[in-house]
Amino acid sequence: MSPTPVQETSSRAPKSQQSLTIARAAGGEAIGGTVTATINGQEVKVPLGTTILAAAEEIGVRIPTLCHHPDLCVAGVCRVCVVEVEGQRTLQAACAFPITSPIKVLTHTRKVRQSRRHVIDLLLSEHYGECYACGRNNNCELQALAKEYGVDFFRFGHPSKPKYEIDCSSYSVIRDNNKCVLCRRCVRTCIDLQEVGTIEVAGRSDKSYITTFKDKPLGSVVCINCGQCINRCPTGALRANDPTDDVWAAIDDPRKHVVIQTAPSPRAAIGECFGLEPGTPLTYELNTALRMCGFDRIFDTNFTADLTIIEEGTELILRLHKALVGKDAAIALPQFTSCSPGWVKYLEHFYAEYIPNLSSAKSPQQMFGAVIKTYYAEKHGIDPKDIVTVALMPCSAKKFECNRSEMDDSGFKDVDYGLTTRELAKMISEAGLELPKLSKSDFDAPFGTATGSGVIFGATGGVMEAALRTVIELVTGTKVESLFDKANIIPVRGFEGVKYVELPITDVGPVPDILKHLVPDWNWLKGATLKVAVAHGTANAKKVMEDIKAGGMFSECHFIEFMGCPGGCIGGGGQPIPTSPEIRSARARAIYAEDAAYDVRKSHENPDVLTIYQEFLTDGPCGRKSHKLLHTHYVPRGKYIE
Amino acid sequence: MLMTDRERLAGEIKALAEQHDNCRTALIPIVQEIKQKYRKLDDFAMQVIADQLGIHPVEVYSVVSFYAFLGSAAHGKYIIRLCRTISCDMQGKERVMRQMENDLGIRFGETTADGKFSLEWANCMGMCDQGPAMLVNERVYTRVTPERVHEILEECRRSFGVHATEQKEVYLV
Repeated sequence: MSPTPVQETSSRAPKSQQSLTIARAAGGEAIGGTVTATINGQEVKVPLGTTILAAAEEIGVRIPTLCHHPDLCVAGVCRVCVVEVEGQRTLQAACAFPITSPIKVLTHTRKVRQSRRHVIDLLLSEHYGECYACGRNNNCELQALAKEYGVDFFRFGHPSKPKYEIDCSSYSVIRDNNKCVLCRRCVRTCIDLQEVGTIEVAGRSDKSYITTFKDKPLGSVVCINCGQCINRCPTGALRANDPTDDVWAAIDDPRKHVVIQTAPSPRAAIGECFGLEPGTPLTYELNTALRMCGFDRIFDTNFTADLTIIEEGTELILRLHKALVGKDAAIALPQFTSCSPGWVKYLEHFYAEYIPNLSSAKSPQQMFGAVIKTYYAEKHGIDPKDIVTVALMPCSAKKFECNRSEMDDSGFKDVDYGLTTRELAKMISEAGLELPKLSKSDFDAPFGTATGSGVIFGATGGVMEAALRTVIELVTGTKVESLFDKANIIPVRGFEGVKYVELPITDVGPVPDILKHLVPDWNWLKGATLKVAVAHGTANAKKVMEDIKAGGMFSECHFIEFMGCPGGCIGGGGQPIPTSPEIRSARARAIYAEDAAYDVRKSHENPDVLTIYQEFLTDGPCGRKSHKLLHTHYVPRGKYIE
Repeated sequence: MLMTDRERLAGEIKALAEQHDNCRTALIPIVQEIKQKYRKLDDFAMQVIADQLGIHPVEVYSVVSFYAFLGSAAHGKYIIRLCRTISCDMQGKERVMRQMENDLGIRFGETTADGKFSLEWANCMGMCDQGPAMLVNERVYTRVTPERVHEILEECRRSFGVHATEQKEVYLV
């Protein structure tokens, strides 16, 4: 593995706006040495440049914040975190005050408390709505602050009428500016963290508001539906388009056969909605809960994740074969993964010329929809028009994906509803179920068996790891375990923005049965070096794409995994709120632990996958039938809108 | 060579951006220049500017909507901005305003049908001792009286349009 050449500090944000947190790697001795801060009389030694907020945290003093977020750059706009600093005439925002000389700070004097209370009162005077009619009730940072500071009346009034229209134009994200407190977390998420640039502040002073380009509806501007803004919104101003009423209606309708597929990431995170620590997997308790809610069948999306690996892996092999043996210069390489609908839309908008590089294989969610309404319906004698497919996803973009017009290859809408983790947690609570206390139960046949490879799709690098496990074994004929301990391909794991791995293919084995009709032998791959890369979050994807455009090292790659959200699906826009780097790594640990617990950990060894190729997709991976049902095409959207 | 309006506009913006090394700090000068020439900044222009400077269209919109003097709506050849702050108000901006509205047949915030004049309010321009003050494009007029309004408007009319009797555009930069 060679080090990645991509600069981590290429954030577009001006230097002054970049995060002030300084890594304490060198045993607390950062460049420039340390400085002593006296907070409420207690001394603490911190690296030069540490914010008052971080220094206070170290000695257990919690300063309330609202616009501050661990994933985002400093804003200092909400003024909730004000503190008294000796020698400063006015109160200072603790989140935006780097300690550069010994200072004395007081964090809860009368002046400070009163100012914070006034700030909260002022925020509430602009915040329309009643808490009990809000999706963020009990999970709202403004509500929590109001409680903490004992707000018992509206000192500066409370709006009686909504000021803005609610923007429901997007399939995924709903914007309700009436609840917005202008903390600009969504703006920093969209522009700095994701580099998509859908929303910004327009206007000035008391007339400023968060908006899209020319106030157009969200559904018609450049938005990739990643929902990262939802995860970081402190109030209910941003929320996902919630289909739970429709799902309940389908469950209540006796004529409908309601099938749900659950993705791996929500299972690792849903416990957070029930007060459990991040990283507590509840896969089997969730199955019980879903049955008790009334879903007729519960399937594991991992099954189609395995199918995706077979299809996408075969597509890669075909591309490589055509390019290396056929010397076909028109073959687009590297091949990009297409599982993340946020990334797919990002590419369609910003790098439409690279659409041929995108794998034509559908995402696991859409494959499942198509398989349920054809293979499953046929096998069980159910009329596909009576089947309602619901997908439990960590993702808000999946809502958009299932509504894409081309996603009806089964003859019906392949996936009817996309549910997020949060929405399902709500349904489970509504059904009166105490999820963590439920008994365990397994998935339903015929898509019950999954492999560890499917599970790790949820974390960044997971698709690549799953693909490598399969490709290595199919091509070399040797076990992955002989190359990587316990088949854990560590180099592609972790939260580094961009990862790059080279794998020399020294030996080749016989062509397995499943691929015999496509390639005669593997000799053309002997001695080749497989170059792969992994990027998560569209800001990192952008770095890789720019490098490819410039003909850099990533243009030499063969296969690149892209995920739209930071951390991959576990950090998806449908996951429980809040999110932070620690929460995401806890969820990732749960996912990798679940993978390690599986007996079968490679997609091509999944017996159900092999069965579907024998019974249904009889012309094999990337055959005619699988192309009809499991593959799709993309729309060049461009970044210009009318 | 035939060129669509859009291609021409895009070419102009590109040239302008290149003068500034495609740096995002050049956003305001580019917007000013395009606005001066086309008297509006449409959606397409904003997107081209964003593209050239490596920022997002919504950021251009954000900046344009922040500054009262930028604004993306179409406006007339002459933007008349009358100061509405306290000292100009006390010195009779109300009468000047009425005179202008009567003369042009439009209200403040509107543009005449022939696209010559737009009336806008402005806040203090530092001419408090010589109020009422107003701006016609970039030229300041002080101690404006209702009688002078007519004169000023005539001066503008003479220098612009098919019936222009004076060729030079006196106060257009």
